[in-house]
Amino acid sequence: MSDRMMAVSTKRTLKGEKIKKIKQYRVLLIMLIPAAVYYIIFHYLPMYGVLLAFKDFKITQGIMGSPWAGLRHFDKIINETYFYTVLKNTIIISLYKLVFGFPVPIIFALLLSEVSNVKFKKMVQTVSYLPHFISWVVMAGIFFTLFSLDGPINGIVKLFGGDPMLFLADDRYFRTILVVTSIFQGFGWGSIIYFAAISSIDPQLYEAAVLDGAGRFKRMFYISIPMLAPVIAIMLILSMSGILDAGFDQIFNMYNVKVYNVSDIIDTYVYRKGLIEMNYSYATAVGLFKSVVALILIVIVNQIVKWIGGKEHAIW
Amino acid sequence: MRTIINVKKSTGDKIVDVFIYLILLGIIVITLYPFWTQVVISLDGAGADSAAYSSGIIWFPTQLTFESYKLAFKFDALWTGYWNTILRTVIGVISSIFFTAITAYPLAKKDLPFNKTFTGMILFTMLFAGGTIPSYLLIKELHMLDTIWSLVIPGMIGTFNVLIMRNFFRSIPEELEDSARVDGAGYLRIFTLIVIPISKPVLATIALWVGVGHWNAWFDSMIYISDPNKQVLQIVLRKIIIQNSMADINNVIQNIGKTTEFSGRQLQATVVMFSIIPMLVVYPFIQKYFVKGVMVGAVKG
Repeated sequence: MSDRMMAVSTKRTLKGEKIKKIKQYRVLLIMLIPAAVYYIIFHYLPMYGVLLAFKDFKITQGIMGSPWAGLRHFDKIINETYFYTVLKNTIIISLYKLVFGFPVPIIFALLLSEVSNVKFKKMVQTVSYLPHFISWVVMAGIFFTLFSLDGPINGIVKLFGGDPMLFLADDRYFRTILVVTSIFQGFGWGSIIYFAAISSIDPQLYEAAVLDGAGRFKRMFYISIPMLAPVIAIMLILSMSGILDAGFDQIFNMYNVKVYNVSDIIDTYVYRKGLIEMNYSYATAVGLFKSVVALILIVIVNQIVKWIGGKEHAIW
Repeated sequence: MRTIINVKKSTGDKIVDVFIYLILLGIIVITLYPFWTQVVISLDGAGADSAAYSSGIIWFPTQLTFESYKLAFKFDALWTGYWNTILRTVIGVISSIFFTAITAYPLAKKDLPFNKTFTGMILFTMLFAGGTIPSYLLIKELHMLDTIWSLVIPGMIGTFNVLIMRNFFRSIPEELEDSARVDGAGYLRIFTLIVIPISKPVLATIALWVGVGHWNAWFDSMIYISDPNKQVLQIVLRKIIIQNSMADINNVIQNIGKTTEFSGRQLQATVVMFSIIPMLVVYPFIQKYFVKGVMVGAVKG
């Protein structure tokens, strides 16, 4: 038998194998059909819908029938000064949240790991996760009370002899409030991963350090923090991929016209342009810009994580 | 060697301990205080000197009253919202669990034909999405606007949940399925009679994630639902506490027949309480399932 005939017959058996497998697994393959239909309709059709960004969408003609617009909408984005305000706000708010918000869960986890009373520890954890379970609609309502003219924050301001201010309508304070309230909502939840990492540190390390006479702070600085470093590095890099997600739920529920100039972000802008002003094509173009940048970022970030942290930390 | 426990704490250590406890207590107070303000304002006797209007820091109600709760009880939109939220949560959880499970089980078989292709296809949706506008137009084209299906179906299968469940199914010892197969059971029987009962913990966990997600969801309802009778609780809340529509508030107050001066903010706080009380009640019992979810951590395709 020549080599070629061998190859052909192996190919045939492979094909035969596959058909056999399909027959063997046909029930399972049928079970996948609903999900396949679901993903095609609700995920892949909207992806196809981004074609809107390259069309002049006429509601009567549908996506297919509407005339092509080429890159006109993207031209418009590039020449629109307000878009840069929006982009700047998105990045600034994200970066502020990252710079000020990132260390808080780590510090909180370190403090918590120093507590030896298990009940107290559990209670602090339970309380700290709570805001994560409350929607931003409700959280925003609560913060409105706190920051209102006769609310507690202005109460403190008055206590120190200041004049009450409308914090939430003041573009000097609004970003700070966004950062602080987002830390409030997320620090407890964010600490889970660090707390677990600290708990998994070998206790013998601490015991050896105690024998060597290392005090608490020394143990924290020379054992806990170095052992946490890989987790911290990976979390930090991963959060870079979300730099264009400045927190739609929070901002949309907390902002108002007076602070648009410092808090209008890509997502809120897309919502208003698209669903309020019905500029479907333009809004889709802005959204597509964001999705593409986010996709590129996450691919880069995943590569970096693979290089430094090894495959087990990468997303794929 | 458990020396650490036996080592006597030095005075310095004890002082540090006290500081740490104080800081953590401070964190608890700061976390709970915003919620407490809502409790106080909602319970406070209305009027110019009530906590809601006092110029300062709110500690306790000056005068206890359940008046605003009674009023809120008569507020129909709130109950409509409640009902719609419960409806979407129940239907959402049941359909999510069902479809997630029947998707995850085949994918748990590593040698299933097209497994890699299919997994790749669903993973890609975690990285790239069409966005708000195309999704909105799709729902519109499907004539799902103003129906509960627009709130349930678009998020029915979460890729992350499929992967979590698939990994759980993979961790079930193969011998268990093999022995059933020897006895002549097909995949469907194995799935319903063996796999599902064993997987109750992961099913419960995912049901809770999906449930809390539905309870708190508002954006989909805001863009897909315009009929006030089909609106969910979060949007009813949004109208009252965020859009702060005085017209709405006055309407409520007038409709329920209270003509005396009544603080809108008190009603807002009461409505906030109405929405978070169910969460506060179940939260301590369910939070550990959520913590588990974070710990599952890296999921790979």
